Amino acid sequence: MDLRFTDEEIAFRDEARQFFREEVPEAIRRKVLEGRHLSKDEIVHSQRILNARGWAVPHWPRAWGGQDWTPVQIYLFQDEMQQAGVPPPLPFNVSMVGPVIAEFGSDAQKLRFLPRAANLDDWWCQGFSEPGAGSDLASLRTKAVLDGDHWVIDGQKTWTTLAQHADWIFLLCRTDPAAKKQEGISFILADMRTPGIKVRPIQTIDGGHEVNEVFFDRVRVPRENLVGDVNRGWDYAKFLLGNERTGIARVGTSKARLKRIRDLAKLELRAGRPLIEDRRFREKLAAVEIELKALEITQLRVVADERGHARGKPNPASSILKIKGSQLQQATTELLLDVVGPHALPLAAQDEGNGRNEPGIGPEHAATAAPTYFNWRKISIYGGSNEIQHNIIAKAILGF
Amino acid sequence: MDFDLNDDQRLLRDSVDRLIADRYDFEARRRFTAEPEGWSRANWVRFAEQGWLGLPFTEASGGFGGGAIEIALVMEAFGRGLVVEPYLASILLAGRLLEEAGEAALVRRIAEGELLGAFAHLERHSGWDLEDVATKARPRGDTWHLTGTKCVVLHGDCADVLLVTARTAGAQRDRDGIGVFLITPDAPGLTRHGVPTQDAQRVAEITMSDTPARQLAFAGDALATLERVRDQAIAALCAEAVGVMEQMHATTVDYLKTRHQFGRAIGEFQVLQHRAVDMYVALEQARSMALFATLMAAEADSPRRRAAISAAKVQIGRSGRLIGQEAIQLHGGIAMTIEYKVGHYFKRMTAIEEMFGNADTHLEQVATAESIL
Repeated sequence: MDLRFTDEEIAFRDEARQFFREEVPEAIRRKVLEGRHLSKDEIVHSQRILNARGWAVPHWPRAWGGQDWTPVQIYLFQDEMQQAGVPPPLPFNVSMVGPVIAEFGSDAQKLRFLPRAANLDDWWCQGFSEPGAGSDLASLRTKAVLDGDHWVIDGQKTWTTLAQHADWIFLLCRTDPAAKKQEGISFILADMRTPGIKVRPIQTIDGGHEVNEVFFDRVRVPRENLVGDVNRGWDYAKFLLGNERTGIARVGTSKARLKRIRDLAKLELRAGRPLIEDRRFREKLAAVEIELKALEITQLRVVADERGHARGKPNPASSILKIKGSQLQQATTELLLDVVGPHALPLAAQDEGNGRNEPGIGPEHAATAAPTYFNWRKISIYGGSNEIQHNIIAKAILGF
Repeated sequence: MDFDLNDDQRLLRDSVDRLIADRYDFEARRRFTAEPEGWSRANWVRFAEQGWLGLPFTEASGGFGGGAIEIALVMEAFGRGLVVEPYLASILLAGRLLEEAGEAALVRRIAEGELLGAFAHLERHSGWDLEDVATKARPRGDTWHLTGTKCVVLHGDCADVLLVTARTAGAQRDRDGIGVFLITPDAPGLTRHGVPTQDAQRVAEITMSDTPARQLAFAGDALATLERVRDQAIAALCAEAVGVMEQMHATTVDYLKTRHQFGRAIGEFQVLQHRAVDMYVALEQARSMALFATLMAAEADSPRRRAAISAAKVQIGRSGRLIGQEAIQLHGGIAMTIEYKVGHYFKRMTAIEEMFGNADTHLEQVATAESIL
């Protein structure tokens, strides 16, 4: 038993660290660390830098650009990426549709979509949730009916993140209304330029525009855009959601934020003294750091367990990562709010999306504190809310 | 980076797990605590035969050269069984201090189970601070004489040798001027009063009045040695706590599946399932930090070691509170009865929380140290 990494693993980590810091523009990384929104160009630019190095899709099969890394290497890579503020490769491309196509898609689909997804030549978005199908995803109603060589899609998706940038959407559609609800669903790919698709922005409480509604009105999609078998979409969706097991804790992101909180707490004064010297504040900070350290080790336990059994059943401990990881990410946003105090109040001009451009007032670092706090409430809701995660643990681990 | 046990460690774990499962169930434990000393000498002999009493000591002093991992394996199983024998007091505290002082002959006897030791440092107003010592040591002739009172001395009533902190110089809270003295319980001027604890272990209050004592000689600073041994004991206690929490959680989940109300198992109610999940999350976070403490227990950089140990004790304290209280609540009235086992785990957990610093004091340590991340 040993928490230390091998010399080779440390060399790999240092290589990743150096690459992230030297090759990904500092301006982009600073924006991420400060909680500001990135433009589409910045996200694309960053992913292409990684892809040129062969590092955009390390977890994909080797034939499609994967690296055959060990679970430890993947962990170190993600941790370094998060700590350096490198935007993660677009998850809809690299963690969602890419692995599904690589596993279940046709050869033609692989050839057509995978290289472009890795290089972010195509921007993908995820068409899963619907107004009536959130946590109960399998009750989705958007339907696809075969008409000659085309699927005709009617319905509505929602919470579609960054659909405003998207070239393609992968969506779950009901293809057999008579079947049990999980059994009549198919996984279909659609070009966002197809007539009948309409994107409408949803403004969120932080004032940003990340998510959208996507409407489908008699949208005709070529028959070959079905992935895998008809009515097997639910299995592919489960594969997709289970694909990322350790990165979801985002320990590196929380570490980077806590470092920033420490730095800013040296600048902010309370009663004439730097906040970092305030005992109560330091204890709050320490309490979050302790939980984060525990989560980091829990994550390492999952990583160590994955080594040896390739894609076996997930370690029970992995179910904790989403719950605790989201709680701790949210806790860091609260700490940041505590640091800037009243200076969080003025509504600042944001990088893009809210349509306002007047200069803000007050310290620059305070501008994102409140919007980040507001925005990050989503983390315990998306990707299977924490209540759903509780249900999963109750059933799969505790045997209820 | 791995969390695997080597072959010897697996054998050790299997043997201690087996002994706890076979010979240390709840009914057996009740018999052990009813024995005159409050624990079982027969068990102690068995532990000695298994080699567990010599586990932490070097081979030169009759031990088996085990490290923190081996200790943690034993302690976690002891937590599951709520073991009441004086392993912490005699082996991990007194034995380890004697070893640090080069007292190989005494360590050998402790490892063989024929001698029991205890470590007396707490005083009425010391809090948990090792350096807060009012007990005075005065030289007279060629020996030291101690005057003062030590409280809550773990298994101090059965110990054959007492290791007592006392001040040879300086003010009550100075870091310098602290010595560790060896006293036998029959020494003149010494009285001791043993009582059971809330969690069915034993402690003593020890009063010394001009009691002759021999000072132990440490290679370095005595307080630094005390802190190191204390930190290693905390790591062991964290492992024990994981065993305790694991049992409280498992028992609760079992109960929820079998207790029927409103015509169904109460475990079918989602609100109760989710609370059991919260207990599970707290348990796994505690397990991770107990591992961290185990792996940092031998860290030579003492500020780093202390911050890590403190962080673990905070997590153990917080998880322990949640799991213990929820275990009682989710069981309902049955858990309030002395006949039911969960309450006994709850009491042991509470005792662990109050030993060697509670969550608040350790949080303060972490808050003033370099970041543990």
